Amino acid sequence: MGFFNLLAKPGPKMSWGLGLCLFLLALIAYVAVAESRHRENPDDKVVPTFAKMVDGFYSVAFEKDRNEEYRLWVDTWASFKRVGIAALFLIFAVLLGLHMGLFPYWESLFLKFMLFFDKVPALALLPILFIAFGLGETSKIALITIGVFPTITLDTYLRAKNIAGEQIMKGLTLGATHAEIAYRIVLPQILPDVLDTIRLNFKAMILFLIAAEAVSSDVGLGYRIFLVRRYLAMDIIIPYVIWISLLAFLADAGLRWFIQKKFRWRMQGAG
Amino acid sequence: MKFRLIFVFLLCGLVLAHSPEPPAKAKTYKVAWSVYVGWMPWDYAGHSGILKKWADKYGINIELVRMDYIPSVEAYVAGQVDACVMTNMECLDMPAASGIDSTALIVGDYSNGNDAILTRDNIDIKGLKGKQISLVELSVSHYLLSRCLTMNGLKEKDVNLINTSDADIAPIFLSNSSQKVVVTWNPMVMQVEQAPGINKIFTSADIPGEVLDLMVVNTKTLQADPALGKALTGAWFEVLALISKRGPETDKALEFMASSAGCSAVEFKNQLKTTAMFWTPQAALDFTTSEEIRTKMEFVRQFCFDKGLLGEGSDSADIFGVSYPGGEVQGNKNKVRMRFDASFVKMAAEGSL
Repeated sequence: MGFFNLLAKPGPKMSWGLGLCLFLLALIAYVAVAESRHRENPDDKVVPTFAKMVDGFYSVAFEKDRNEEYRLWVDTWASFKRVGIAALFLIFAVLLGLHMGLFPYWESLFLKFMLFFDKVPALALLPILFIAFGLGETSKIALITIGVFPTITLDTYLRAKNIAGEQIMKGLTLGATHAEIAYRIVLPQILPDVLDTIRLNFKAMILFLIAAEAVSSDVGLGYRIFLVRRYLAMDIIIPYVIWISLLAFLADAGLRWFIQKKFRWRMQGAG
Repeated sequence: MKFRLIFVFLLCGLVLAHSPEPPAKAKTYKVAWSVYVGWMPWDYAGHSGILKKWADKYGINIELVRMDYIPSVEAYVAGQVDACVMTNMECLDMPAASGIDSTALIVGDYSNGNDAILTRDNIDIKGLKGKQISLVELSVSHYLLSRCLTMNGLKEKDVNLINTSDADIAPIFLSNSSQKVVVTWNPMVMQVEQAPGINKIFTSADIPGEVLDLMVVNTKTLQADPALGKALTGAWFEVLALISKRGPETDKALEFMASSAGCSAVEFKNQLKTTAMFWTPQAALDFTTSEEIRTKMEFVRQFCFDKGLLGEGSDSADIFGVSYPGGEVQGNKNKVRMRFDASFVKMAAEGSL
């Protein structure tokens, strides 16, 4: 076995096999628990069997509910809009970080505030957000944005700061304007790394989304999970959680693919 | 080779983790409770040692666990606690619908104004039509609203429901004057109605005896060891007897319960006024054995079914049965999942505990 061999080269079959190993184990463990609980109590709702989850998923995805809606798609679309709009706001986070990293006045103005702001647990501010932005979409988008904005800004700041000063000097002596240095030299260099950071913050964005939807909402993935929890419908909750994870995984894979394609010059193997 | 060794260790760990634990000698039962005016006596029973006294009398240990409401019922359904306080509605749609045979050991009280629909701008019941209403969906608040609408010829489709967490519902409503209607329970009702310009248009006092607050015990556990039922019942009525008296000891108990519930003694007493407590075993016994409880439960059963709370696939409210002290069963007689048991309360009434 080569588990402690630094130079081991597992073949493609071995690689896939090992990659699936833990998924399989988790699955087997789940089925074992579900089966044993159902032997004791055929109506158990806490750990539903796969058949029940498939039924649950089918009914929310492909059957109309009492309001003549296909719940899963309605929920997904509502949540997607919230996260999507919040993600657009992150463009400002990147720009702010870039400016802070390059222009000393920006740095003086924002850095200390951002460092502090970054440490504020946004979830604890939820009631204030609801007071400030009402109960509609704004407050939910605001929570997601506020939750990840400082992290992205500070990450961009650090990366811009790390760009060698010689490059900037060289650019200036060659006659580039200050704006050109920022947007044509520094930004393209740090962008793939910044996108990676955004990618890694998907999870945080989803957490904030679900938290916001749990507090006050009438549609959305998080809303549904907390609603059906009132009657322990784990047969719907678990497929919803898997669905959310899958969407996040796909978005992550998409962005990773985009970074690799768009920024070929970057070192291979990252991400 | 190291890898193999680790693998063997892991395997051993898995096997050990799955081997059944040996049964404990001294029986310890866990009882979950959450903050609500009608359930605070449990906290005092634990704090004052009254519960321990009764548990000792029957040779068992009882451990009280304070939790949030829904998580406490979830813990009960998952089998992590042996008994839990809950309303008749959650008892139907959480444990009973999940196949946990549950016994309502003590009907402690019914909400007699603790749940309410509150509005701004003098909106009355007819004016609810087309309004946005904040509430915890599928909770007792939802039930209250549904009953109010039905009694006044309106339908749920006539209003827009916004599911709002009970933790934030009061501050959100108070700070957004664009919010016109809210349905919630105490202590939130109290906080909301103290603000100017807010009216209570419908409360649980308009549907008395429908929202019951129960001590629910797992039937299997209770049948295996009635000591748990006896100790809980004995302790409960001892605390209630103490609260319904007057005197310094009573004041101390009320003060303790108020501070534990996070309100002042005056506020706590006000909430007690909108709670129809069954102060004596006889009162609880009379209600539990009455015809009334069955007709009231029927409303709740139908509501749970209408909202799909008994399982999305169930085709009638009779999917499982609810049994009563006289032996009557509503629904499926072969699959009784919720039992109103008056035998322990009866023992308390006869003084034979």
